[in-house]
Parts: sequence; structure tokens; C-alpha cells
Amino acid sequence: MLLSTLIVGLVLGGTFALMALGLTIQYGVARVMNLAYGELVIGGSFLTYLTIMAFGLDPFSALAIVVPFGYAASYMLYATVMRPLERRSGGSGRLEVDSILVTFGLMFLLQGIYALSFGSGFTGYSWLELPVDILGTKVAASRLIGALLALAVGSALFFAMQKTRWGMAMRAVASRPGFAPLVGIDNERHARAAFATGGALAAAGGVILSMFQPFTPTDGVFVTMKALVIIIMGGVGNLAGAIAAALMLGLIEAGVSAAVDPGLTLAATYAIFLAVLLWRPNGLFNRG
Amino acid sequence: MKDRVSPLLIVVVVAVLALVPLAVEDYGLGLAIGAMGYIALASSWALFSGPTRYISLATVAFFGFGSYTVAVLGDYLPFLLILAIAALIGLFASFVVGFATLRLAGIYFVVFSFGLAEMVRQLLTWYEVNVTGTLGRYIFVDVDGFDIYYMLLAVAVAALAIRWWIDRGRLGLAVRAIGDDEAVARHAGVDVTRVKLALFAMSSVLITLVGAIQAPRWTYVEPSIVFNPTISFLTVIMALLGGASRLWGPVFGAAPLFFLFEWLSGRFPDHYSIILGLLFIGIVFLFPEGVLARIEEFLNRVRAQRTRAAKEVPNERLA
Repeated sequence: MLLSTLIVGLVLGGTFALMALGLTIQYGVARVMNLAYGELVIGGSFLTYLTIMAFGLDPFSALAIVVPFGYAASYMLYATVMRPLERRSGGSGRLEVDSILVTFGLMFLLQGIYALSFGSGFTGYSWLELPVDILGTKVAASRLIGALLALAVGSALFFAMQKTRWGMAMRAVASRPGFAPLVGIDNERHARAAFATGGALAAAGGVILSMFQPFTPTDGVFVTMKALVIIIMGGVGNLAGAIAAALMLGLIEAGVSAAVDPGLTLAATYAIFLAVLLWRPNGLFNRG
Repeated sequence: MKDRVSPLLIVVVVAVLALVPLAVEDYGLGLAIGAMGYIALASSWALFSGPTRYISLATVAFFGFGSYTVAVLGDYLPFLLILAIAALIGLFASFVVGFATLRLAGIYFVVFSFGLAEMVRQLLTWYEVNVTGTLGRYIFVDVDGFDIYYMLLAVAVAALAIRWWIDRGRLGLAVRAIGDDEAVARHAGVDVTRVKLALFAMSSVLITLVGAIQAPRWTYVEPSIVFNPTISFLTVIMALLGGASRLWGPVFGAAPLFFLFEWLSGRFPDHYSIILGLLFIGIVFLFPEGVLARIEEFLNRVRAQRTRAAKEVPNERLA
């Protein structure tokens, strides 16, 4: 029972990690708190559903269509909506409030569009539902593949951020936006790229989510909240912290669901989140 | 000058609003109550969030506390006593929340307040399902529409009057300093913590009262109805449309938006969410400081043009 909770929790946490990485890169580099992030994830799920229905592809091949689409859509979103707001704010704290409000609007807009196109009920497809046995615990194959895929994408991003020139520039913009231009880094270009990369990760998260779970137009809110909880717990902009926090949250949810009551998992998430926010507002894995 | 105009304006507006229920039919009274409810909510919300610029999404948590107090006590106590208890619960909760959030600012405060409201809803749902065994509750409290309307009007007036009174005194100065730059305010000797807590408590108690007063209109409540996050979002967008930093801003934002939404939800029920989203985005782009600021800007420009025309000669001489 303990072991199965552990495995279920890690699989759950791996999926959370991918969702949180996209949001943390958007906020860390582009400084836009994107409250419509979950809607982008669910958009990825709907798009996966469409490509599977229309072309008869499997979810893996759908990645090749959905992820570039997520990148392009977020790129456009930044250029048309976020950038004008940033220019208007002139580097003041206004951008934070404005971006929160605008992405709120975006959240309702996308929810409305999804509901109109797909109905407010559950959408989904079935794929690889056979159970896989890990140390005596049965996990659906699709869920396991999803979690492994999430970890693969997440670690690829992590290495890109740490080891490549592109990643170094991103980190420079994130930590010292005032100095980055001095060494020839174009802040705006990287902010746009970061926001788009976040969108691509969201879309990938949507594909993975759709592999093992049906979804509704309003599910995005839960995804956003969960991703927010994770990135704040992990320390905003801290990729390794986000991954650790995601795994922790997955374990906690699986634990509460197994040992206390499945109806309390969401409440437990929020309670932990509120506690972390009060105890260490800068996150568990941030020094200082 | 402003100090003498505002109270007079309040008296006139209240007198007009007090006559509304006498002039309308049942359906109209329902609309008037809805509009007045949001005017009271937006004004109470702006009491704290307007000058400090903290965006709170915990509105629905306090609103729900108020409604649930009525749902639980409705059969046992007279309504006015329940209102008093609801106000006390709101006060207590606001102190707990206030103390907890004093260190948070910006996005952290927004997310915390939203998470708080969601957590309360989840916990209450779980409690009702698992402990009391029923999800919904019936409210049979004998309060008619007229009384509800006048009580909501009283809350709205209280919010406006408190705001007006605060704006004139030292507290108002302190609050505006916090809104401009919290660190500077702290260094200038403002007791930031106490000021924020006091404002948050006042704002939250009024919001709790709105929830309690409106509860008898429902007859049936469950957590997903009275803790519906849309109430928080609508309150924010209404206050911002009018201009949260101004005394009359929330009123001017709440009334037209309420009727607009009422009309739209009847006519385009399937597109409601899309329209709400577009409105949110439009307001941020078109009215960053609210409609009232835009109007004032326009009037100033007209006035400036007129004075420039009148003083053309002296200006030239100065140059």
C-alpha cells in the first residue's frame, strides 16, 4: 500500500512537473503571470483529440503537430497582447497587475471557445489502457508513458537551460534584466521566445494529459492552480525546484487520496500551498 | 471643494436609489437587488484593494461565509441577529487571513486569495457530504425584497461613507502612500501592517454582510453556488472598469456591467464566457485607470483648451 502510493505519486508528480516548467519559464523570463496557462494545456488536449479524430494519428505523432502549434500560438499571444502592455508599463509594477487581469480575460475567452466547439461535457479517447505491473502495483500504460515523456521533456529543457548558449541568455534575462543588454542579449526577443517555449511545454502537457484522462473545457483552472502551487513551492523561476515540488505534490496527493479521503486531495493541495506561502514565500528551494 | 461635494452627492444619489423599489415591479426589484448587491460588493472590495492596489480574489470566501451563516442559523435566530453574527465571523476570518497575508504582495497575494476561497469551498463541500450528509441547505427566512434592497443599499452607503471619511484623514494619506510604494511608506513611519489589516477587515465585514443579506433570495444553497469564483472575478472587473482608486469608480463600473451581463446572459447564454473574457481584456487595454479617469481626462482637456483660448495674450507675454 505504501509502495503503490509511492509509485502512483511519482507518476502523478512527473506529469505535474512538465506543466509547472512551462509556467515558471514564462513568469521567470517574460515576467508575465499567465493565468490562462491551464487553458493552453487543455487547448493542447483538445487539439490532440482533433488530430487523432481527423487524421487517425496516435498521441505520439500528435505531439509533432500540437507542440509547434502551442509555440506559435503563444508567440503570437505575447506579440499582440503582452508586449503592448509591457511597453505601456515602462518597467513599473503595472505589468504584473495588467498581465494578471488580461490573462484572466483570456482564460474565460478560451473556456468559452472550447465549450462552444466541444460542449461542456467530457472529451477524450482511449489509448493503451492495459495495466502495467511495477513492483506489484498496477499502473495504466498510458499514464506511465505520459509520466516518462514528461520527465524526458523536462530534463531536456533543464539541460538546455543549463548548458546551451540559448539557456544562458534566458537565465541572464531572468536574473539580471538590466545587465543582459550590456552583453548583447536582446531582452524582448528572449522574453518572446521564453513565453512561446512555455506555451509549447503547455501544449506538450496537454497531449500527455489527454493520453490518460478525459477533459472538460473548465479543467484548465485546476491545471493553472496546480502549476502555480508547484512553482511557488519550488521557488519562482527555479526549474529544479519546480520538478522537486511537483514530485512532492504528487506524493502528497496520492498519500491523502489513499490514506485519508480522495475528496480531500484538492483541499490538501491548497492547504500545503498556503502553508508554504506563509512559511517561506520565496519557495522551499530558494536560498534567502 | 471635493470634500463638500461628495457627501452631498451621496445624499442625492441615495435618495434617488431609495425610491427605485417603489417605482418597479417584481422583476425590476429582482434586477435592482442584483445591481445593488454588486454595487455594494465592488465598493466594499475597493475599500481595501482600491488604494492599496492589492488585487484580492477572496471576495467570494467572505461572501460565502455570510450566506452560509444564514443557511445554518436561519431556522433558529432572528435575521438581524444572524447578520450581526455573520459580521463577527467575517471580522474574525479577515483578521486570520489578514495576519497570514501581510507578508505577501503582487502575484502571491492574488494567488493566495484565490487559493483560499477555493480551499474553503472544497473543505465545506467535503464537510457537508461526509459529516452532515447533505450537500445543499434550504433557507426559509422571511425577508422580503424591499428589505433586502434597502439593507444592500445601506452596506453600499457604508462602504462609500467609510471610504470618503478615510480619504480625508491621516489614514487615507497612509493608505495612498502604501499604494504608491510600500517600502517608502514603511520608512516614512506608516504602520503599514496595521493600516492594511484595518482596511482589509472593514472591507471583508461589508462583503460578508452582502453575502448574508442576499442569502434569503436563494432558498437553496450549496458550496458551489455561494463560493462560485465568478463572484470574485465580476467584483474585480466592475471595480476596475469604473476605477478602483476613486470613490465613485466601483459604483459606475458595477451598475452598467451588471445590466450588461444580465442582458447578455439572457440573450447569448452560450457565449457568456467569451464575452466576459473579451470585456476583461478590453477594460485592461482601454481603461487602465477606469472610466471615471478617462472622463476626467477628457474634461480637463476641454477645460484646458478653453482657458488657453482665454489667456492667449498673457501666455505669449510670459514666453
